[in-house]
Amino acid sequence: MAAMAMTIRNSASRRTMTSGPISGLRSMSSWWKNVEPAPKDPILGVTEAFLADPSPEKVNVGVGAYRDDNGKPVVLECVREAERRIAGTSFMEYLPMGGSVKMVDETLKLAYGNNSEFIKDKRIAAVQSLSGTGACRLFADFQKRFRPGSEIYIPVPTWSNHHNIWRDAQVPQKTYHYYHPETKGLDFSGLMDDVKNAPEGSFFLLHACAHNPTGVDPTEEQWREISQLFKAKNHFAFFDMAYQGFASGDPKRDAKSIRIFLEDGHHIGISQSYAKNMGLYGQRVGCLSVLCEDEKQAVTVKSQLQQLARPMYSNPPLHGAQIVSTILGDPQLKGLWLKEVKTMADRIIGMRTTLRESLEKLGSPLSWEHVTKQIGMFCYSGLTPEQVDRLTSEYHIYMTRNGRISMAGVTTGNVGYLANAIHEVTKSS
Amino acid sequence: MSSILSNVLPAPEDPVLSVIFACRDDPCPVKLNLSVGAYQTEEGKPLVLEVVRKAEQQLANDLYCDKGYLPIDGLADFNKFSAKLILGDDSHAVKENRVVSIQCLSGTGSLRVGAEFLAKHHQQRVIFVPNPTWGNHPFIFTLAGLSVEYFRYYDPHTRGLDFEGMLEDLGAAPSGALVVLQACAHNPTGIDPTLEQWEQIRQIVRSKGLLPFFDNAYQGFASGNLDSDAQSVRMFVADGGECLIAQSFAKNMGLYGERIGALTIVCTSEDVARKVKSQLLLVVRPMYLSPPIHGASIVTTILKNSDMYKDWTIELKGMADRIISMRQQLYEAIQARGTPGDWSHIIKQIGMFSFTGLNEKQVRMMAKEYHIYMTYDGRISMAGLSSKTVPQVADAIHAAVTRIP
Repeated sequence: MAAMAMTIRNSASRRTMTSGPISGLRSMSSWWKNVEPAPKDPILGVTEAFLADPSPEKVNVGVGAYRDDNGKPVVLECVREAERRIAGTSFMEYLPMGGSVKMVDETLKLAYGNNSEFIKDKRIAAVQSLSGTGACRLFADFQKRFRPGSEIYIPVPTWSNHHNIWRDAQVPQKTYHYYHPETKGLDFSGLMDDVKNAPEGSFFLLHACAHNPTGVDPTEEQWREISQLFKAKNHFAFFDMAYQGFASGDPKRDAKSIRIFLEDGHHIGISQSYAKNMGLYGQRVGCLSVLCEDEKQAVTVKSQLQQLARPMYSNPPLHGAQIVSTILGDPQLKGLWLKEVKTMADRIIGMRTTLRESLEKLGSPLSWEHVTKQIGMFCYSGLTPEQVDRLTSEYHIYMTRNGRISMAGVTTGNVGYLANAIHEVTKSS
Repeated sequence: MSSILSNVLPAPEDPVLSVIFACRDDPCPVKLNLSVGAYQTEEGKPLVLEVVRKAEQQLANDLYCDKGYLPIDGLADFNKFSAKLILGDDSHAVKENRVVSIQCLSGTGSLRVGAEFLAKHHQQRVIFVPNPTWGNHPFIFTLAGLSVEYFRYYDPHTRGLDFEGMLEDLGAAPSGALVVLQACAHNPTGIDPTLEQWEQIRQIVRSKGLLPFFDNAYQGFASGNLDSDAQSVRMFVADGGECLIAQSFAKNMGLYGERIGALTIVCTSEDVARKVKSQLLLVVRPMYLSPPIHGASIVTTILKNSDMYKDWTIELKGMADRIISMRQQLYEAIQARGTPGDWSHIIKQIGMFSFTGLNEKQVRMMAKEYHIYMTYDGRISMAGLSSKTVPQVADAIHAAVTRIP
């Protein structure tokens, strides 16, 4: 049967199988001749320009991926060991729509606490997601579907892709004050005013720790005040936690904002990512969770989150989830991971100190206090776009034009050069 | 606060899942799950290809492999080799740089990204899918903002293709309408057009100005030969026209859980291809930023290495041959029992699935009394059969058909 079919196929198809289009159809016009070329991604553009630069002195402090003190990307030891254990051992069948249960369970512990009552009471609707981006997008789609009239309040500034995510989910956006350019810190009163003035029951996007791009986080006391005001206004808090462990070096400490909101009784949503804190950037592994009233509601909400995931990718990728489960499920590997996260965070904190001290030693007229006050991967330097352009054209130093420096790209080898260049372009300010 | 969740109702149960759960909860030791589209061995076990294991080991031993973010469009080599796999090594479209291929999350992800692009940039919002089609198709397209309609495909009387109906419905479609065509091994029916029929389909699609979106989830898995299974797609691309192709490595490389596939868009010019690609990136970034690296690395390792590629084609043929053999065995077992009716569709249909023609009552009876589980449309996964279980299934079919009208 199959052989006969093959023969028919081979003979009848001679004309259509040979090279070249059938004449007359060459002049077919494109369905998309009016498609506009899309603007280039600003952050990727920086890396592209860096790669194309032949200068031996060039420095890339543009993209938010961790580098070691030699400027090299890092695969954590705990990840290598997990990969060794996984390779060649497991089947590659589909995960359930909600992803790896084991991975999700371990991930919830990190956010909500090892002994969280919410986990015990099964009140959390949670699904494995495509890293933090995927979690935010699933939540945005969920918000659109079940609160179609609602808007999302987004801090100024924020990761640029946040705007794209809620836009593509067709959820209208508003902004709230966050960064204070004069102090290079938090505009706390501006933030509280916006929270107060937003209509009751508004949806807010909050960065749980290590705000991207500013590195400016509220203090614990400020978080408590924000939480109280949210309560009074009945607002919904959605936390994007992309840097747990990476900010202070201590995952528990980095989750403080979330724990405060949970203590205060909020039913929050959380996006978690393993891109940075486990170095699993390319694996796209994370988790979206929504705290519900009770177990029944959690089951319901989870079923709806899965309904949104299914027409997007059916079920999430296996490999990254296996790595996470292997590490977090083994006390020894988990201990190793915690050490390695702290090492990464400590290196960055060390570089902040060195950069600030170097600038002060050079006699800079400006204050560089913010370099050590800010936290996490990024430093909002306060450099103007023009100053950034000079850094690039004169010193081959690459960063985004908002003056955001990826501290992860700063090394003992380049920090002196960087400080000197920054001093040169700012000393006459 | 709780009010935002209190109006959320539980989602309707997924039809395939409910069958899986029913089978899972069945205490009978000889139960058989024929509902899931995943290959199983003669022993009823899932399979990881040898060549995949080899690729995995290679990757695990590579200490210097950068695991950072992939670009938004995925692994460049993966994109290059995937395009060649479906379009052919000597594809003019590829040589003329008018093909855009981006790594996506298996077939589903490729369909979704393509559909979102079309919803944004294409003149027509209506997309025609075959009746019946894979259960997830309507959801993917609807969520992307397209409007789903059906063209006739399955003829329940012949248990074959309703070709006249298909041509009529395509002929009546508005200009610019999108048409989903399953490249081979149609899911759920297993019924594929012949090459002559494909040529007629191509003519009507082109003359009516319809835009084909191929779902290529089973290349190599249908006939056992990668090039044969690509004929339908290549026929369309050879005429110089445009099309979209969603490609999956879930089945043919057994990489189900790694979510690896590609969206290919064939354009009329290099300039258009460049603009289209830039717009695709805008769809992907707010969805998941960039695709997962692991599956792409495995596929690329295999496709790049001529020995591994050869090994793959052999294992792939092995899977396809086992399924063809199961079809033959089941057909013969049914004939041997003198079951009334024409069951030749079981060997005429191709790929993982067979649309048995059993009705819901019969399906339910087979589950209850014979502990054999399939979806209620009578679709069975041939990949879930083995020589040992064929008699049980034949018995059940015989009982269902003779006892229930």
